[in-house]
Amino acid sequence: MYTQIPLTILLLPLIGFLVLIFFGKRLPRQGDWFASATISISLVLSLYVLITKLTSIPDEAVTNSLTWVTIGSLQIEVGIMIDNLAAVMLVVVTLISALVHFFSMGYMKGDVRYSRYFATLGLFSFSMLGIVLTNSLLLMYVFWELVGISSYLLIGHWYEKKSASNAANKAFIVNRIGDFGMFLGIMILFISFSTFSFEGIFGAIESGTLPFGSEGWLTAAGLLIFCGAVGKSAQFPLHVWLPDAMEGPTPVSALIHAATMVAAGVYLVARVFPMLTADALLVIAYIGAVTALIAATIAVTQFDIKKVLAYSTISQLGYMIMALGVGAYTAGFMHLVTHAAFKAGLFLGAGSVIYAMHKSLHDLDDHKTDAQDIRNMGGLKSKMPITYATFLIFTLAISGIPFTSGFLSKDEILAGSLAFSSINGHWLLPVIGFAVAGLTAFYMFRVLLLAFHGKASNSKRIEGIKESPMVMTIPLIVLATISLFVFYSFNPFGAADGWFFAAIERPLSIVPELLQPAGNALFHEVLHDVHGTAMTLSILIAATGILLAFAVYHWKKISADTLAQKAGVLYRGASSLWYFDEIYDRVFVNGLFLLTKISRWFDENVIDAIVNGTAVVIRGISTVSSWIDTNIVDGLVNATATTADRAGGLLSHVQTGRLQTYLVYIVFSFLVLFILFI
Amino acid sequence: MDVTIAQWLAEPGLNHFLIVGALLFSLGLMAVLSKKNVIMVLMGVELILNSANINFIAFSRFTELSLEGHMIGLFVVIIAAAEAAVALAIVLNMYNRFNTIHLNDIFSLKG
Repeated sequence: MYTQIPLTILLLPLIGFLVLIFFGKRLPRQGDWFASATISISLVLSLYVLITKLTSIPDEAVTNSLTWVTIGSLQIEVGIMIDNLAAVMLVVVTLISALVHFFSMGYMKGDVRYSRYFATLGLFSFSMLGIVLTNSLLLMYVFWELVGISSYLLIGHWYEKKSASNAANKAFIVNRIGDFGMFLGIMILFISFSTFSFEGIFGAIESGTLPFGSEGWLTAAGLLIFCGAVGKSAQFPLHVWLPDAMEGPTPVSALIHAATMVAAGVYLVARVFPMLTADALLVIAYIGAVTALIAATIAVTQFDIKKVLAYSTISQLGYMIMALGVGAYTAGFMHLVTHAAFKAGLFLGAGSVIYAMHKSLHDLDDHKTDAQDIRNMGGLKSKMPITYATFLIFTLAISGIPFTSGFLSKDEILAGSLAFSSINGHWLLPVIGFAVAGLTAFYMFRVLLLAFHGKASNSKRIEGIKESPMVMTIPLIVLATISLFVFYSFNPFGAADGWFFAAIERPLSIVPELLQPAGNALFHEVLHDVHGTAMTLSILIAATGILLAFAVYHWKKISADTLAQKAGVLYRGASSLWYFDEIYDRVFVNGLFLLTKISRWFDENVIDAIVNGTAVVIRGISTVSSWIDTNIVDGLVNATATTADRAGGLLSHVQTGRLQTYLVYIVFSFLVLFILFI
Repeated sequence: MDVTIAQWLAEPGLNHFLIVGALLFSLGLMAVLSKKNVIMVLMGVELILNSANINFIAFSRFTELSLEGHMIGLFVVIIAAAEAAVALAIVLNMYNRFNTIHLNDIFSLKG
C-alpha cells in the first residue's frame, strides 16, 4: 500500500513525459489530455495516500528500500519514505501540477512547442515527486538536479528569445552554486556514516557519532545542505535567478517558480531538520529574514506584474525558511502549503490577465505596449469578474487577512519568531517579520488596485478584454477555494487546533544536547503566551499596509511619486533590485575576467618567458656544439684528409712516369740492399 | 798472390770471364739507364742478358758443374729472342700511340 501507490504516483508523470516526448506530435491535441490524465490520476492517488496515512497510521513513517549498488561492504540503497510531511507534499505537488496542466491547455494554445511543453511539465512533476518521496540524500540530490534541468527547459521554453535563454542559463548556473554546497554536505555525511538514507544518518547522529567527531562539522554539514535550499528556494544571496525565471510561460512560473520547485528547498530543510544544530538554525533564520526583507522592498518598486509576484515569492520563501530557522517547523511547512495554493493562484490569475491583455493588444495591432506592466492595465475588474474575485482572495490570503489560509500560517510564523526572540533574544527576526507582513499587504494591494480597479490608462485596450476560458478559470476557482481557512483548521484564528498541526509535528532534535535549539515544550509554552500579541499585531500591520495602498493607489490621497521621493535612497536601491546583479557582475564576472587577465599575463610573461628562455639556452648550447662540430670534429676529419692529400702529393713526385727513373730506383735500391745485407 | 798483371793476363781463368761479364753488365746497365731511344735501351737489355750468359758459361767451365751452365745459356738466348719480339711489338704500339720512341717524351703515368 505504501510502496506501490506512491511508486505509481511517481512514475505516472514520467510515463506522460516519455509518451509525449516521443509521440506527442502524433497524438490528437498533441497529447495534452494524456499528460493531464496522468497527473490527475496521481492527484487522486495522492489524496488517497494522504487520507489513509492520516487516518490509519498518523505517527509512523513508512520506509521501503532495496539495495541499488553494492561496493565492497558498502551498500547504497534506494527507497521511498512516506511520512506525513511527504504525504501532504504529494498532494500539494500533484494538485498544483494538475491545475497548471489544465490552465496551460488554455494559456499555451497554439504554442509552437505545445507537446514538448506538456512533456517537460511531466518530467518536472516526476522529479518533484521524487524529491518528496525519496528516503535518501543521494536520490534527493538526483531528483534535485532533475528538477533543475526541467526548470531550465521550461524557463527557456521560448528559447528564440535571447532573454529567455539567458534566464534559463542563469537559473541553472546559480542553482549549481547552491547544489555544490549541498553535494559537499551530503559527502561529509556519507564519509562519516557510510550511508545516504535519512534514517541511517539520523540514527548515527542520535547515537552520538558526529561527522569527523566534531560538532563544528555537524553544523557545517547542516549549513552546506542548506546551501542547496538557498539555491533552489532563491534565498539571499542566490535569489537573483528567480525574477529572471519569469521569462518562462506564466503557468510554469506558477507551478515551478512559485508553488513547488522553489518550495523544495524548504522541504529539504524540513527533512533534515532534526540534524540541524542551534547555530545552523540561527543562520538559516537570519538568511530567511534577510531574504524576506530584501525581496519585499524590491517588490514594492516593480511594475511588471510577474516580477512583483516573483519577488513576493522570494519574500514568502524567506518567511518559510525563517520559520524553520526559529523552530516554528509546522508553521513554516504550513506556509509552504498555503503559499503554494495562493501563489500559484496569483500567478495563474496574472497569467489570465496577461493572456487577455495579449489578445486585446493583438487585436488592436499594438505590439509596443507591455502586456505585463500593471501601469498599462486598470479597470479590469468588470471585464474579468472571475479572475478578479479569485485574485482578490489570493491577495487577501497573502496579505494575511483573517479567514484565509495565509492568515493562519503567517500568523503562526510571526508568533514563532516572536517566541524565538523572547527565548533567545534575537529581536531583529520578528521585527523584520512584521515589517515584511506590512510590505506584503501594501505591494499586493498595489498590484490589485492598479490592475483591476481605477480607470484604464487607455480605454480602447480594455474594451477588447474578455474573461479567460473555463479551462483557465476553473483552476483559479479551485485554488481560491483552498485558500480559505476551513481546509486547514476550523478555527479561523488559530491553526494550532487544525488537522495540519496535528499531522505535522516538529521532529525532536537529535543533535547533542548542548547544540540543540530550544526544546519543543518550552517553545510551545512561550508560543502560547505571545500568540495573541502576534495575531493582533499582524492583523493591524496588514490592515495598515492595505490602507496605505488604498490611500496611494485608490483614493490618491498620497502621491506615489512623493512617497518614492521621500524614501530617497531606499526607493532607488529597491527599484534597482539592491544592485545584486551589478554586484555579482562586478565581483564574479569581472573578477573572472581579471583572473583570466592575470593568468594570461602569467602565461605571456612567466610561462612564455620560461619557454623562450629554455629556447635561448638551447640555442646557445647548440651554437657551441655546432662550433665544436665544424671546428674540432670536422677539423680533425679534414686534417686527416689534408694530411693524406699532402703526403700523397709529396709522394706522387716520386712517380715521374718516366721509365728510366724507375729503373734507376730499382738499381739504386738493389745496390743499397746489396751493400746493407751482404 | 804474387802474380804480375802480364802473368795474370797470360793464364785466363774464371775471374777473367767474370770481369768481362761484369764489364758487359755495366755497359748494358749504362745503356738501359741513359739511352733515350727505346731501341737502344732494348740493346742494353740484350747486353745484360749476354753478360749473364758469359757468367753461366764461365761457371760451367771452371767449376764442377758440367753442362748445366751451357743449357741455361741457351735458354737465355731463346728467352732473349722472345723478349725482343715482345718488346719490339710494344715499341711499335708505343710509337703508334705517342708518335715517338723517345723515352723522355713519354710520361703519361706521372703522379
